[in-house]
Amino acid sequence: MLNKYPLWKTLMVAIIVALGALYATPNLYGESPAVQVSGLRGVQADTATLDRIRAQLEASNLTFDSISLENGQVLTRFNNTEDQLKARDVLDDNLGKQFSVALNLTPNTPEWLAAIGGSPMKLGLDLSGGVSFLIEVNMKEALNKAKTGMVGDFRGDLRNEKIRYRSVKEANDAVKVIFRKVEDLEAGQALLKKRYRDLLLTTDEDTLTLTAKMTKQKIKEIREYALDQNITIIRNRVNELGVAEPLVQRQGKKHIVIELPGVQDTATAKEILSATATIEFRLVDTEGDLSNALNGRVPANSILLRDKDGKPSLLKKRVMLTGDHIIDAKSGFDEYSRPQVNISLDSAGGSKMSSGTKSNIGKPMATVFIEYKSTDKKDAEGNLVFEKHQEIISVATIQSRLGKSFRITGAGSPAEARNLAILLRAGALVAPIAIVEERTVGPTLGAENVKLGFEAIMMGFGLVFIFMMIYYRAFGVVANLALGANLVLIVAVMSMLPGGAALTLPGMAGIVLTVGMAVDANVLIFERIREEIREGKTIQQAIHQGYDAAFSTIIDANITTLIAALILFAIGTGPVKGFAITLSIGILTSMFTSVVGTRAVVNAIWGGKRLDKLSI
Amino acid sequence: MQILQLKDTVNFMSYRKIAMVFSALLMIASIYSLTTNKLNFGLDFTGGTLIEVGFQEAADLEKLRGVMKTNGFADAKVQFYGSSRDVVIRLGVREDVKAEMLGNEILAILEKSSGQKIDMRRIEFVGASVGDDLAEQGGLAMLTALICILIYVAFRFEWRFAVGSVVALFHDVLLTLGLFSILQLEFDLTVLAAVLAVIGYSLNDTIVVSDRIRENFRKIRNSNSEEVINISLTQTLSRTFITSITTLLVLAALFFQGGALIHGFATALLFGVFVGTYSSIYVASLVALGLGISREDLIPEVIEKEGADQEAMMP
Repeated sequence: MLNKYPLWKTLMVAIIVALGALYATPNLYGESPAVQVSGLRGVQADTATLDRIRAQLEASNLTFDSISLENGQVLTRFNNTEDQLKARDVLDDNLGKQFSVALNLTPNTPEWLAAIGGSPMKLGLDLSGGVSFLIEVNMKEALNKAKTGMVGDFRGDLRNEKIRYRSVKEANDAVKVIFRKVEDLEAGQALLKKRYRDLLLTTDEDTLTLTAKMTKQKIKEIREYALDQNITIIRNRVNELGVAEPLVQRQGKKHIVIELPGVQDTATAKEILSATATIEFRLVDTEGDLSNALNGRVPANSILLRDKDGKPSLLKKRVMLTGDHIIDAKSGFDEYSRPQVNISLDSAGGSKMSSGTKSNIGKPMATVFIEYKSTDKKDAEGNLVFEKHQEIISVATIQSRLGKSFRITGAGSPAEARNLAILLRAGALVAPIAIVEERTVGPTLGAENVKLGFEAIMMGFGLVFIFMMIYYRAFGVVANLALGANLVLIVAVMSMLPGGAALTLPGMAGIVLTVGMAVDANVLIFERIREEIREGKTIQQAIHQGYDAAFSTIIDANITTLIAALILFAIGTGPVKGFAITLSIGILTSMFTSVVGTRAVVNAIWGGKRLDKLSI
Repeated sequence: MQILQLKDTVNFMSYRKIAMVFSALLMIASIYSLTTNKLNFGLDFTGGTLIEVGFQEAADLEKLRGVMKTNGFADAKVQFYGSSRDVVIRLGVREDVKAEMLGNEILAILEKSSGQKIDMRRIEFVGASVGDDLAEQGGLAMLTALICILIYVAFRFEWRFAVGSVVALFHDVLLTLGLFSILQLEFDLTVLAAVLAVIGYSLNDTIVVSDRIRENFRKIRNSNSEEVINISLTQTLSRTFITSITTLLVLAALFFQGGALIHGFATALLFGVFVGTYSSIYVASLVALGLGISREDLIPEVIEKEGADQEAMMP
């Protein structure tokens, strides 16, 4: 029989639309103000933290809707922003420096919806308000640093092997080693070739010069490393800022995007992002008297520092090694399954460490984290005052003479070891950064954009709705059903997409445009049906032919538009990407609703019946 | 309901000379304006700083300009944005000061001089190098899109249609850019997105028409190419109009409801849809016709094997 869908096909359409509606519903529930507490530097919020927060809030007579522990963060919901702000201040004052307290808007998604993965759409900065930065990593400086490292390494290697040389220096994009004798040149070449497989070595016997250039692969590695490291450290700093749901993402070959929703004070954010943090190794002063030091009588050659729990230690003033010698750090486990951090140093660092630890085997050594934190104060010129913040992250006993690579145990839990490794790697920025783009959207403009975008969608939808109903009557209503389903599906897909795909104002424009263009498929089909009827076909044949003949046209037309949308997505940034996302989703969902969806409805109502006239 | 009730085939191709002259004139005007007036590139491309602020009551632009001037920002462009209470201040790229701090600085100046609480609506700072990268990327995006589409259409249809549709797209993009150049409307990232959407829309139209031309070449045997194109355009005309109407309806909604930020975007698309509709009727099919499209090009080759029409011999 013509124009009858098998039951499974009708059911499939119904189920897809129903699922779409289900996953679109979290957007209807709105958000409530919340305070989010997360741990810093290896500390994880746990049930003890939760109890502490609860106790503190109760002590301050603050009522909250709910409090829960999610992904190592404690989330407390309030029913008004006033309580939320008060709670933030209370917690900020009492929890101490190990925790970051951030204001947040948490979706009120009911538990059963959240349990099946339902969540509302993420809003882009132009809708939620906040600031976004585009940071450029200075790659030239990263490569220069690597070259300087090479000079040091070469000198050390040649000296260790007792190969005499006249000079080692940087020259443009290469390092040149000048020897005194041809034999030395050959020996040096053999040695360096064996050690550094990622370098291109060329020799000139007349000038006794060996030129070492980095391979393309090596240069690429250095660039990638510089970018990844800077992302890691910036992510850590952003966490310190106490911003809920920040985004730190790489963009292209040398850029990093940072999005901080809800942040208005961009000055502080900028200061912190470009601040420096580093690490140092110092010997513990075992002779000095700790209790005297605590009373203010610190020995002349020592300093008094504390760890994150406030436990004090007396350390030697002389720094054994600074963090800029660390080239890599990885967390792992030792033979007793205790968490450890493996550290690799450059050659200069290796020899410093080696001579520093040789005579101190069996003595404790401390790893100190140093950071320049901004205070709320400003100096006479209006610049933020930075405070040097030093903290012991671990004290370990030196087991043997250490070299270029060694390990630190006693860092605590595996999570803490992992974070320590990140911090060690992220100790100092590998390459300098500069803010090259900044966009701040105030909260009022954000809210206004949401309203405008929503109204534009509704108005566009309404106009098309009325037009289709007048022009195609009953079939127009079917097309309108499909249009409504399409809107629901777009929202559902947007809600289900993982982070990064946020709804923006141009994205809303994309939805509006899709509404206008999605009916095109139905217009094509309906016009074809009318034509077939005019040519004298029976109603059922006309419907069948109409859908069939229009199908390939619809596919071709949509695929070409999709090509344009995908290119837009691949090349565009920020707002343009938002537009490309909704446009692409809209094209795909509209093909489904306007071809398969309307056919299911048309077949169910008119299919297989003897008809003389059609309301089209 | 029916807007167009066409009994007879419209002889579109008889107007082709007029259409060609019309398109050529518009394209020349666009190229002329693009070379002399250039595009009024927005902050995204030029780099610089933009501050949008909301005052509690209508702002006095002259006074604001004076304030900016006395504070050392003589190059500041001060304009209303959407309403008389919203003001946008644009500054060029500066070498001397830390540009990313400018926004906050100006906000403080305005707050001090006006004595009222000012609502910071947005601050945008774009470094000069970023703008250059972007202009390059934008051009690249358009070129890539055109090439990919050329390949797809050539693969699905025929190279003459592919050339026809790409010429039509080029025509539409050029005229849209021309409009922005002649009226000196601001060309920013969202407008670039709109121009790419125009490519998508215009293509949609062209494909539908080309599809029908192909179908009719296969179906109608005793007509010449011109007649077949006329018949196809007539048959699809109704659909072309209705889709344009629905798209224009939603774009009108965007234009009037979407707010100032989305204005350029809506303008580009509104104009692009007009031009795109016209070009799918005239430009694409004219080019295909001019390149000598004929029935033979579109009929799938039937290779008859010897003996294929005879029943297989059974052993």
